[in-house]
Amino acid sequence: MEFLVIQSLNGLASASSLFLVASGLSIIFGVTRIVNFAHGSFYMLGAYIAVTIIAAIGGQDALGFWTGILLAALIVALIGALVEVVILRRIYAAPELFQLLATFGVVLMIQDITLAIWGPEDKLGPRAPGFRSFVMIMGSRFPSYELFLIVVGPVVLLALWLLFNRTRWGTLVRAATLDREMVGALGVNQRLLFTSVFMFGSFLAGLGGALQLPREAVTLHMDLAMITEVFVVVVVGGLGSITGAYLAAVLIGLVHAFGIVLFPKSTLVLAFLVMAIVLVVKPYGLLGRKPSGHAARGQAIPEPLLSPADRPTKLLGAAVLAVLILLPPFLGDYGVTFMTELVIFALFAASLHFVMGPGGMHSFGHAAYFGLGAYGAALAVQWLAAPMAVGLLISPLAAGLAGLLFGWFCVRLSGVYLAMLTLAFAQIAWATAFQWVEITGGDNGILGVWPSEWAKPKLVYFYLALALAGAGIMALRHLIFSPFGFALRASRDALLRAEATGLNVQQLQWAGFTIAAVLAGLAGGLFAFFKGSVFPTYLSIPKSVDALLMVLLGGVQTVSGPIAGAFVFAGLEEQLVRITAYWRFVLGLIIVLLVMLFPKGLAGSVLAWRERQSGDRS
Amino acid sequence: MTNPLLSVRDLHAYYGRAHILQGVSFAMAPGEVVALVGRNGAGKSTTMKTIMGLVPVSSGDVAFNGQPIAGREPFEIARRGLGYVPEERRIFSELTVLENLAVGERPPRPDAPRWTPEQLFVLFPNLGRMRERPGGQMSGGEQQMLTIARTLMGNPKLVLLDEPSEGLAPVIIEEMAKAILKLKTEGLSVLICEQNLHFARLVASRALVMEKGVIRFDGAMETLMTDHSIRERYLAV
Ligand SMILES: Nc1ncnc2c1ncn2[C@@H]1O[C@H](COP(=O)(O)OP(=O)(O)OP(=O)(O)O)[C@@H](O)[C@H]1O
Ligand SMILES: [Mg+2]
Repeated sequence: MEFLVIQSLNGLASASSLFLVASGLSIIFGVTRIVNFAHGSFYMLGAYIAVTIIAAIGGQDALGFWTGILLAALIVALIGALVEVVILRRIYAAPELFQLLATFGVVLMIQDITLAIWGPEDKLGPRAPGFRSFVMIMGSRFPSYELFLIVVGPVVLLALWLLFNRTRWGTLVRAATLDREMVGALGVNQRLLFTSVFMFGSFLAGLGGALQLPREAVTLHMDLAMITEVFVVVVVGGLGSITGAYLAAVLIGLVHAFGIVLFPKSTLVLAFLVMAIVLVVKPYGLLGRKPSGHAARGQAIPEPLLSPADRPTKLLGAAVLAVLILLPPFLGDYGVTFMTELVIFALFAASLHFVMGPGGMHSFGHAAYFGLGAYGAALAVQWLAAPMAVGLLISPLAAGLAGLLFGWFCVRLSGVYLAMLTLAFAQIAWATAFQWVEITGGDNGILGVWPSEWAKPKLVYFYLALALAGAGIMALRHLIFSPFGFALRASRDALLRAEATGLNVQQLQWAGFTIAAVLAGLAGGLFAFFKGSVFPTYLSIPKSVDALLMVLLGGVQTVSGPIAGAFVFAGLEEQLVRITAYWRFVLGLIIVLLVMLFPKGLAGSVLAWRERQSGDRS
Repeated sequence: MTNPLLSVRDLHAYYGRAHILQGVSFAMAPGEVVALVGRNGAGKSTTMKTIMGLVPVSSGDVAFNGQPIAGREPFEIARRGLGYVPEERRIFSELTVLENLAVGERPPRPDAPRWTPEQLFVLFPNLGRMRERPGGQMSGGEQQMLTIARTLMGNPKLVLLDEPSEGLAPVIIEEMAKAILKLKTEGLSVLICEQNLHFARLVASRALVMEKGVIRFDGAMETLMTDHSIRERYLAV
């Protein structure tokens, strides 16, 4: 009984910060339709800034401490406004995935800025004056600050309710959530409204971060850790529903509080399991509603037709292939290694393109299948002493099974919901690899995953990778222009019509999802033997983003795009790491600029340009 | 026309590559109620959206009150006293009647009638009986009244009214016509898109006939009603 009460209180306390950040994310999404990946970064900044301010003004007394907390949140609000004005404002019309990507670019930039200002060591904040002691609850000492936090959640919930239902600003925000264009036509300055909403959401995130100070150390990992939990919370609660966010925050808070005691190794997995269950029962969350009307219509960006490559593109492709076959013998080890990686990434990117382009499903967690393929191979080698050939068979199999399982949930959703769900599944996979140390070696990964003797020479392995990746890509291309591919695209473009013509849309998408997973798994397996080792980072968010970048760089609209994107991207990160310690910042900046300048991707922009040229002539 | 309230000159607009407005020109004097008629797809709604800044002007001029407004943002155009009532009504479904009105509220201007919710409830008595009802739970006619009332809360000088009679019962249409005539006596100018010629005739004295993105006829409502050949050419289906 005591255990139940104490853990419940712990859960409620951690729910408060989660709720603050999640409600901010939800409010911002409601009006701007942007899922702000950088929201976790604002949370982290709130904590760091609060540490500094409180130290500067001497927060030993209550006044100093609480002023510091509030100031930190306000500064984060200003940073949020800056991000909105400089970056987001320019991409409101871009496809949602680009927006998500751009905000991920902001995450990377803030990570390095934080590192540059505060250094790599964790920071400890002061305890809250007046809340430093304990209260006795059923014979246990319970920190009084936790009790304070428990109260914060409902108080903020009430304050938000009053703000949205009793003020003009709140009414405008609710109206804009339903139909932002109409609000503009009625004379409301949308820009100002959007910026103020973004500021307010950022304020909540900053406050959530600052309030964490007395509870835990401030670290550079707070951002991504928080944002994944927050994604879970808003998906469970229902995007756009504040009350739903609170309920979900409490649910997830409780799952954590009990999970950490009962299953200390699987806390992350547990939260995601809860999410999966909720989504099966209520696809749009506890209190969410299926997006409809003008709010939903704002996002429908028609995908251009995908047509088989024209002659010049085909010739170019043949030329590239010829170079790939003929050139490597004349390259040194470094060159061959580089080319191998490039070829593997091209397959990875092509598989993601398959789900996103023809499949119309925006996966933000494709690294899961790449990583599971890699782990499948590595585990086979490690535990079954399997030869490479068997490992390379197990890779696509393992990834395909995961795709089958995760895909079953994913195809029930669409748009950003689907993106967040795929991300969450990828995090489950990552957490498993990370936490299940006995089997996977945890953070240390699995070493000694080498190819069979005959494939050890770098050049031979290159040709093996080229053959398998090439076959994979050709298979995907073939599928895209097969009846299956046409049906898949038909369901993407006109769900209702496709269903009316008797296509089973969900089954088609499920199959597409699984096929993409299989090929991503093959790429992962190739990568494992190529590197000789696997690590949890293969399944991490940044890896998924790598793939997205390749696809979006190349453009979703073309089949050759992602391959071009992979070629441009391959090594970019490695080169950046080599050049500067702040490679994340540079990469983030590149992402943001790319999205701002080429909202259709590189190849897409070339296509649009070509089309304009021919349009002008006709 | 000396000192027109609204003047549109050689307006062109596109949806993607589709050339929808192909040189629309007309002018409206203060206090006028003008009907814009034409077949489905002629470009009537697009004309209104383009004037309002919701569809980009590709070339041509729009002047309101003597000031150019082409290329301005919708909210700026609205603030100058141009009200827009969209075809699809676009009520904020989760907001109550009073809240819907609050979103439209703008400060009063000296040269246009000033509206409060109470005055609007006199104009549209039905709305006054459901102040706290969410917009999504109202009938089509009630929503139509609400969307007009919401626009009037901005105290506009000119209202662009897109198909107010669409899908409404004859009794409600009568009521709507009365309300619009009342607005006219208050000094409000209205440009009204209509399929229903009978209704258009009740409220407007002048008509513009649109076909394939251009104005083909600009003259008195009576001329249009008596000249069979114009109707035959541009309106008959
Ligand atoms: N959002 C849009 N995208 C592309 N084309 C559009 C869009 N809206 C309208 N159109 C096209 O533009 C043309 C003019 O449409 P518009 O809505 O202005 O016609 P209308 O005269 O108002 O017709 P109606 O009497 O049916 O309301 C039509 O051919 C229509 O198909
Ligand atoms: Mg119309």
